Amino acid sequence: MANPTSSLKEVGTELAPAPPGREHGTLTAWIQDLIFTVDHKKLGLMYVGMAWLFFIPAGILASLIRTQIAVPNNHVLGPEAFNQAITMHGTAMIFFFAMPMVFGLANYIVPLQIGARDMAFPRLNAFSFWTTFFGACFLFLSYIFGPGLYGMGAAPDASWFALAPLTSKAFSPGNNIDFWSLGLLISGVGSVTGAVNVMVTIFCYRCKGLTLYRMPLFTWMVLVTMFLVVMFLPPLSAAQIMLVLERFFGAKFFEAQAGGSAVLWQHFFWIFGHPEVYILVLPAFGVISEVVPVFSRKPIFGYPMMVAASVMIGFISAGVWAHHMFTIGMDSFSVTFFAFATLVISIPTGIKIFNWLATMFGGKIRMEIPMLFCIAFLFQFLIAGLTGVMLGVAPFDWQLNDSYFVIAHFHYVIVGGIVFAVFAGFYYWYPKAVGRMLDHRLGLWHFWIFTAGFHLTFDPQHFLGFLGMPRRIYTYQEGRGWEFLNMLSTIGAFLQGVGAIIFIINMIYAARKGKIAGDDPWDAWTLEWITSSPPPEYNFEQLPEVRSRRPLWDLKHPEDPDWRFE
Amino acid sequence: MLNHQYTRFSLATRGSGRGWLLLGFTVVAFIGFLSSAPVARAQDSTIRAVQNIFDPLSAPAETLYSISLLVMAVCAGIFLIVGGLLTYAIIRYRRRGPEDDREEPPQVYGSAAIELAWTVPPILIVVMLVLVTARTIGEIQHHKMPDAAEEIRVIGHRYWWEIRYPKHDVVTANEIHVPLSSRQNRVPTEMVLESADVIHGFWVPQLNGKTMLVPNYRNTMWIEPYATGIYLGNCTVLCGQQHANMLIRVIVDPPDVYQKWLDSQKAKPVNDPQTAEGQRQFISNSCGTCHRVEDSQATGVFGPDLSHFASRATLGSGVAKNDDTNLRSWLHDPQVLKPGCLMPNMQLSDRQVDAILAYLRTLK
Repeated sequence: MANPTSSLKEVGTELAPAPPGREHGTLTAWIQDLIFTVDHKKLGLMYVGMAWLFFIPAGILASLIRTQIAVPNNHVLGPEAFNQAITMHGTAMIFFFAMPMVFGLANYIVPLQIGARDMAFPRLNAFSFWTTFFGACFLFLSYIFGPGLYGMGAAPDASWFALAPLTSKAFSPGNNIDFWSLGLLISGVGSVTGAVNVMVTIFCYRCKGLTLYRMPLFTWMVLVTMFLVVMFLPPLSAAQIMLVLERFFGAKFFEAQAGGSAVLWQHFFWIFGHPEVYILVLPAFGVISEVVPVFSRKPIFGYPMMVAASVMIGFISAGVWAHHMFTIGMDSFSVTFFAFATLVISIPTGIKIFNWLATMFGGKIRMEIPMLFCIAFLFQFLIAGLTGVMLGVAPFDWQLNDSYFVIAHFHYVIVGGIVFAVFAGFYYWYPKAVGRMLDHRLGLWHFWIFTAGFHLTFDPQHFLGFLGMPRRIYTYQEGRGWEFLNMLSTIGAFLQGVGAIIFIINMIYAARKGKIAGDDPWDAWTLEWITSSPPPEYNFEQLPEVRSRRPLWDLKHPEDPDWRFE
Repeated sequence: MLNHQYTRFSLATRGSGRGWLLLGFTVVAFIGFLSSAPVARAQDSTIRAVQNIFDPLSAPAETLYSISLLVMAVCAGIFLIVGGLLTYAIIRYRRRGPEDDREEPPQVYGSAAIELAWTVPPILIVVMLVLVTARTIGEIQHHKMPDAAEEIRVIGHRYWWEIRYPKHDVVTANEIHVPLSSRQNRVPTEMVLESADVIHGFWVPQLNGKTMLVPNYRNTMWIEPYATGIYLGNCTVLCGQQHANMLIRVIVDPPDVYQKWLDSQKAKPVNDPQTAEGQRQFISNSCGTCHRVEDSQATGVFGPDLSHFASRATLGSGVAKNDDTNLRSWLHDPQVLKPGCLMPNMQLSDRQVDAILAYLRTLK
């Protein structure tokens, strides 16, 4: 029997390191390439670029929101502009920052990790990207098109929940809501086709020997995510089609006066909305599950349980949506059921945290920037999970629901969890995509300032919730006990902005002057590190063959390969 | 000319209450809880502006408070254990220098026993929390009201609250008077929550958790305050531009004071001949299309009932103090104090404003 690692070795040794930096073509050629490319790596980078592109306006909106409520009776934004800002901030961060980031990472990393040359349907891949991108552009054009009230543009202003019947013609007469529903419908098409593409790629294009049971955890979690996208994005699209029918053609799904039900919208929205949290957080778990083992120098502890926990989270997430609706006046049986389902989901999530912890135990943890972000992630996600338990206990939720505590909780999940994981993934995979390392010193500045800003912003918001501050208010009176905490939170928001700017500077600086990375700068174990950095268009000169979960470990330790123990 | 500046009033509070918020809110909350015995007999104008959920002053809020303490204790325990292990792992197993790179650490792939061991405790904790949750839900949602219970209907409108007392045939707005209860002589207040337009949310943290007001649905909640005073709260569901200023004031009165208030609300408005001009202006400028004043041609239902407007302490659902300056500003242009509210600028002259103001002041 041939040595199973020999084919890997050939690939690893034959490829000369590709020269970093790209060829200098003309601008026209570059734009043409952007438009016509079907290469999964370019599309992946375009997704990621789109995510950062929309992160900027959404972040600016966040700082405007925080400035408006930094002090009582403030006048930076009027009520209409404030409602537009919170709606656009939420919508853009979820659909045009986090979702494209998930798809971008999946697009770039998954084919490399499974030893494929490209996605299953490269042209569908390009279609998915462009529909998502145009949906996002359509939504943001609402600020320009249409005069709207007070010349503020016609940006959506009903919050990202867009609770019916506030969205009906009677209460939102302009085109604001139409921009929202149509923009998300368009980008939703892109997300579903993209998810199908990734699923087919994972199921049909794995290289020889890469069984599902040997698949890297990032790919596994992306797979579960894509199932969730295919199952739970359509309810949102359906609800938006209903909303469009109602607003343009006089249908009466949600209009109470005509016999519709305002509660119906919430069921549709949240049966999408809650799994959406897992759509975003599972790939983040995937990143953590890649970074923690490599920097602790140990394989992931309890791989089968990690996979099982992800699949369990995927399944249970389908049955918890009404915990967003505990205050809607449900009967006590439903409330109890959804509280139960919500608390149950904390079990597989807890298992994951324990597994990461056990992976670190007994290791030799290298405190590189990706690992620092992972460690912060673990602490913050632990807190986010525990505040989630507090919210899951329905009677406690009756106090906390729709208050700043909820804002603090889900920003702990989305910023403290997902964004930190994205940063970890960026410092980890940037050398692979660009060929140069992100700067360590700037990375430290970025990490510490952003982390401090994050805690200064969101820690006080828990207490604002305890003190009765409801979400989505554009102003408040003095004496409610909210002034000091709001001011802290606003200062923190700007500190986060500084951290984000340092990160952008680091990306630009490293692309030109960063240290040359080489094929495998982190001494890692999955297949993407066997090819050159950046990888050639065909990814691998010769398709690799694997026999274990850590093909590069086998290659580097022929005397002690993993496949003996799996 | 009238001064159209954006006047706001700041609320008097018990102490500034800032420093302790971050440090020891639970401790203070507990002391507050102990010291809130129901003894007040006279009108109490304490404004309870800082609505700490850990300082409950009403029966259901106390139930929520006790389960929240249990849950937070459990969560704090988990945080200390897991966070402690995490800190230990980071310190103990960090790379100490280049000598650590010579050899990889022992490669451990997992352990069924360990994994089982850390799966069981979370399951037990979840079972415990679910049981406690179910019991608390039952306690609050299936609570049996005593016969003496007061009943009110709260109807949410875009940016104000309509309050009806079906037992007493009283209608008012924004300022909700309810009787004081005590553990010996229970007088809880049952609230039926409805909406006239979009979804709103009713939340006064020291009295109870929040419940949504959904059009076409009749939600209920109950409160049973043990301390007098004026409790402030907010609408919690985004309902449009003035969601932030859809404020709630619940005024808890001792029984005799409450009865006096009910009697005053049942009294017919005095038709003072001195303000007849104001009343004429009120009607001829269409104010009565939206507002109702008892015993007059004003029978509107879209805006707050003004029959006893002068007895209320605030304007525009709590946005400003009900004094002459603010009322004059409001009558000139409501969009100054509450930009985006549904009352339009009626283009009244100074003379008309003065007349209407004088008339409104007689509606005690």
